Amino acid sequence: MYGILFDANLCIGCGSCVEACKEENKLPASKSDVLSATDYTIVQEVGDQYLRRMCMHCLEPSCASACPVGALHKTPEGPVVYEYERCIGCRYCMVACPFGVPRYEWASVTPRVRKCQLCAHRLKEGRPTACAEVCPAEATMFGKRPDLLALAWKRIAADPEHYAQRVYGTQEAGGTSVLIIGPQEIMAAFDARIPMESLPHKTWVVLSQIPSAVAAAGAGLLAVNWIIRRRMALAQNGKLNGTDEQKGAES
Amino acid sequence: MNRILARMASPWRVLGLICLIAGAYATVLRFTRGLGGVTHLSDTFPWGLWVGFDVLCGVGLAAGGFTVSAIVYVLGIEKYRPVARPAVLTAFIGYLLVVGGLMFDLGRPWRIWHPMVMWNPHSVMFEVAWCVTLYTIVLTAEISIMVFERLRWMRATHIAHKATFPLTIMAVLLSMLHQSSLGSLFLIVPGRLHELWYTPFLPLLFFTSAVAVGLSMVIFESNLSARAFGRALELDVQEGAAKLAAIVLCIYLIIRGTDLIRRGALAALWPLDRAGIMFLIEITVGFIIPILLFSNPRVRRNTRWLYHASQLMVLGFVINRLNVAVTGFEVVTGKTYVPAWTEIAVTLMLVTIGVIAFYLAAKYLPVFEPDTTSGERFQAWRFTGANRLAAPRTPAGLRGIDGGGD
Repeated sequence: MYGILFDANLCIGCGSCVEACKEENKLPASKSDVLSATDYTIVQEVGDQYLRRMCMHCLEPSCASACPVGALHKTPEGPVVYEYERCIGCRYCMVACPFGVPRYEWASVTPRVRKCQLCAHRLKEGRPTACAEVCPAEATMFGKRPDLLALAWKRIAADPEHYAQRVYGTQEAGGTSVLIIGPQEIMAAFDARIPMESLPHKTWVVLSQIPSAVAAAGAGLLAVNWIIRRRMALAQNGKLNGTDEQKGAES
Repeated sequence: MNRILARMASPWRVLGLICLIAGAYATVLRFTRGLGGVTHLSDTFPWGLWVGFDVLCGVGLAAGGFTVSAIVYVLGIEKYRPVARPAVLTAFIGYLLVVGGLMFDLGRPWRIWHPMVMWNPHSVMFEVAWCVTLYTIVLTAEISIMVFERLRWMRATHIAHKATFPLTIMAVLLSMLHQSSLGSLFLIVPGRLHELWYTPFLPLLFFTSAVAVGLSMVIFESNLSARAFGRALELDVQEGAAKLAAIVLCIYLIIRGTDLIRRGALAALWPLDRAGIMFLIEITVGFIIPILLFSNPRVRRNTRWLYHASQLMVLGFVINRLNVAVTGFEVVTGKTYVPAWTEIAVTLMLVTIGVIAFYLAAKYLPVFEPDTTSGERFQAWRFTGANRLAAPRTPAGLRGIDGGGD
């Protein structure tokens, strides 16, 4: 499984990853400070450092679990990809994503969800992502996730003064294919509320109980109804025979 | 009294007309300019009024349909039979409006059928889509009985009456799933929904509050329709529904309170911020005051009080759903969302259509059954069809707009 390692300490903020991304995905050249339907990746300034933002390509993506029609799925190569032919536009993926990544073509009457696809089409051809290929500073590295993790910890160990002892994306939302390292101030720029566990199981624990819940509730309803019918029938017979005084008095 | 009604109705009719015209205009804008042109939704706020009100509240307010039919057809409590049909009718119209709302909210509404053929059983939205579809079909079948009766299609009526019990079982099961699944939708956002609302118990809380609001809607509606059609109020039914609602609301509060305390979420109330204020309003208006009112025997014997208590419960329920869908996200993301006028116009248009549909159905279909004496009731319960067919539709007594004045 492939992924990306971003190293904030090596990034020089040249923005060539952004340009390469736009070219590869045929997006308009306009520049944005935030992710948008035409900006799958951005380079943010955090103090005097730079931080790349993009889809994190979760190992167990919330968006893919949330999508009612399976328009989003994680490929074996690593990317979380979107098929707009399936999409109905419910935007549950946007709500579900812990990183708030998926964007929408709000101005369109046939809108699509837009986000980084980790150059899934290039990966299929055995090529790295466009952003990693053009990075002149080795700040964005492409490779197999375990190799990238090892590289990340090697860089951290080699320069503990400039790196926080943490690889962002190891545990966040259960782990992601995109990994980020850098100084403490970069780590502080991330949303602290992102859970350190995979999220799809939170809905699956409920969904997986549906068949048994329906069976139990159905049986319960029928049983209750049978008992009540029987009691009413008995009461009716009792009334006919004149033995049930209570029922008789009631009518 | 007709004159009074006519005078009362006319401003409402003007308002309804305005809603329809504004909504129609907003509809044109929606399908020519896209969601961005008519809503204040954004990438950081992808769900707004249409999901929060039209879908979440629409489904919830329809809960009276399965609650009452379960009480009547499964538990065999005959007292509630007179309100079973109006409640099922409300549910049917509610669901049509939910589907209508989805046609606006979905980015590509012409693909609304996709979940039927493109499956993802891991998605709560997939479950929601199936529940909406199946329950709408079940409701259509339940409603068709009234149409068959009206058209005097004896054979169809006979078959439909035989199907009532299995349909009710399906309605209860599907509603159980659907009401709770709307809560489950939010289980996947622990980091993005405020802790006063995010809890693993969301499905259970959504279901319980739906049952309570379903009962409140029965009280609310039987009051309204009594006014509109000059029918007698089913006071003992209302009294019973209020008592049940109070019990269900208490169960809800116990679950909610225990959960809040166990998670330590009540600490988020201090210092009191927007989230805390909205939480307190929701709990007070929708749950605590209605419990106090519904559990008071004097209130339960007074239709006017009951009417207002049920209104409060419905209002509190709407605040609860909007808090989960809007406020709970706003306070965490720091981004505010105020619906655009076009969003409100579409919602009001859908509500207006619903009210008109209910009025027309109540007027032209056998929705309100003639009174049955208690002796007939047991028979009616076992041989539902024959009894109702034989009974002519007599205009019910004009006993009162405020029949509960003692």
